Amino acid sequence: MQKSIQKYAALFVLPALTCFVIAFLVPMIMGVVLSFFRFTTVLDGHFIGMENYRRIFIDREFTNALIFNIRFTLISVVTINLGAFALALLLTAGIKGTNVFRTIFFMPNLIGGIVLGWIWNLIINGVLYSKGMTVVSDPKYGFWGLVVLMNWQNIGYMMVIYIAGIQNIPVELIEAAKIDGAGQGTLLKSVIIPSIAPSITICTFLTLTSGFRLFDQNLALTAGDPGKQTEMLALNIFNTFYGRTGFEGVGQAKAVLFTILVALIALTQLAFSRKREEEAA
Amino acid sequence: MSTPKKRSHQIILFVLLAILALFFLAPMLIVFMNSFKSKFFISSEPFKFPNADTFTGRENYIEGARKIKFANAFGYSLFITVFSVIGISLATSMLGWYLTRVKTWFTTTVYYLLVFSMIVPFQMVMFTMSKTANMLHLDNPIGILVLYIGFGAGLGTFMFSGFIKTIPLSLEEAAMIDGATAPQTFFMIVYPMLKSTAITVAILNAMWVWNDYLLPYLTIGIEYKTIPVAIQYLRGGYGAVDMGAMMAMLVLAMIPIIIFYLAMQKHIIQGVIAGAVKG
Repeated sequence: MQKSIQKYAALFVLPALTCFVIAFLVPMIMGVVLSFFRFTTVLDGHFIGMENYRRIFIDREFTNALIFNIRFTLISVVTINLGAFALALLLTAGIKGTNVFRTIFFMPNLIGGIVLGWIWNLIINGVLYSKGMTVVSDPKYGFWGLVVLMNWQNIGYMMVIYIAGIQNIPVELIEAAKIDGAGQGTLLKSVIIPSIAPSITICTFLTLTSGFRLFDQNLALTAGDPGKQTEMLALNIFNTFYGRTGFEGVGQAKAVLFTILVALIALTQLAFSRKREEEAA
Repeated sequence: MSTPKKRSHQIILFVLLAILALFFLAPMLIVFMNSFKSKFFISSEPFKFPNADTFTGRENYIEGARKIKFANAFGYSLFITVFSVIGISLATSMLGWYLTRVKTWFTTTVYYLLVFSMIVPFQMVMFTMSKTANMLHLDNPIGILVLYIGFGAGLGTFMFSGFIKTIPLSLEEAAMIDGATAPQTFFMIVYPMLKSTAITVAILNAMWVWNDYLLPYLTIGIEYKTIPVAIQYLRGGYGAVDMGAMMAMLVLAMIPIIIFYLAMQKHIIQGVIAGAVKG
């Protein structure tokens, strides 16, 4: 059978693979190579070794973006997951109207980042208006604005994953715990949370990754203002490429570091789930 | 279930959820409300209902749609989303089947490269990809489909081949022994079985492409503005943003998504869960 399928290799493989090579593979290889070159368009490079990587740190832009991004992501991961888990518990308690509530809580997740950013731009500026300030008057407003936005967008998403996890717990397990006299607190701590550990892993890593990758919301809500103080990694890389002439190579070097960071998170997740599967087996 | 204590407990929880639901809906409702207010009152009193002084009717919609050519943006977004989704579903289901059924060093390498592409952030390839797209003249609404299929290839192929691994070989073997060619076997036997995965792949990609900002901005953003690009364009250079037009355009941008969501809710939520768990 394998032989007769292989005769049609071109038909099955080429459409997707050609697009993949053009959109991703060639640009990816060029990107890694060019991070060691000085260039303005992709064809005029001079090899300069590690110079681009050194120049990343000639000012504090990238380090500041990294610190801002880490603070933002850690706080968001905690608040989103606590909020989503709490909502999931409420929505699996057999209350009337559960489906309507689930529909509403999930809805913001479908709205694109640019639109989300402007929605919250209006609201935060409205709240700050009486103080005579806007979201870009002080970096702390931008920071908390982004945290609120991120929560609003992702709580419903993580909630449906937690709901699916809770609904997968065998009814007998919960009944047995109740017969043994477990109260709500014990039930939560000894039955529900251990049973949904896989959902917790998935949601933690999903929010972690999307926190570090955040771009559209950052651009639309604050665009990094005031003075780059609310700029996160993705936006900083974008501005290095397109906002500073002569810094294309530095932008590319930053992108390589950014990719390594995101890939490390993904590999950690993989190791986590592998370990859990082995324990389960 | 119906002890009075338990019932009052349930009522309290219901009220709590209703209040929370209102908080979740409020941002969208506030934008909607402001879209009918004169732009001079939006930043000073965004939480007040429009009144005789501030109400402007359809003016923001007309002004906004004119400024960013919303009808064109909607057309480009719709065209690119529909054809990218069709292209991704078709191309990745075929590749997914091939990579699962044919085991060589080549198919294994391609599979791992695709999986790898899923974890690479867009910023890594953003600059080199947009230059490549320029050189290959892919900087138009048809050319961009190639880019979307390329970036969507990872998740699509991964999800299709994950499902195909669970289909028993016997049906396909029987068809091929009866003389069916590989394309016949795929399109007549395999493809109909992929329906639920195809819906998931289509929904995840539709949400991504419709809302995507950077890729269309970098490749076709000057001539062909999709909805997110057109909305961000309202910000302009350093001048003040016309918040009236902005509010109206945000409403127009949200309406298709909300309709799509309410119509396909079950599929969307299931699709998103499947994407999160497998991706």
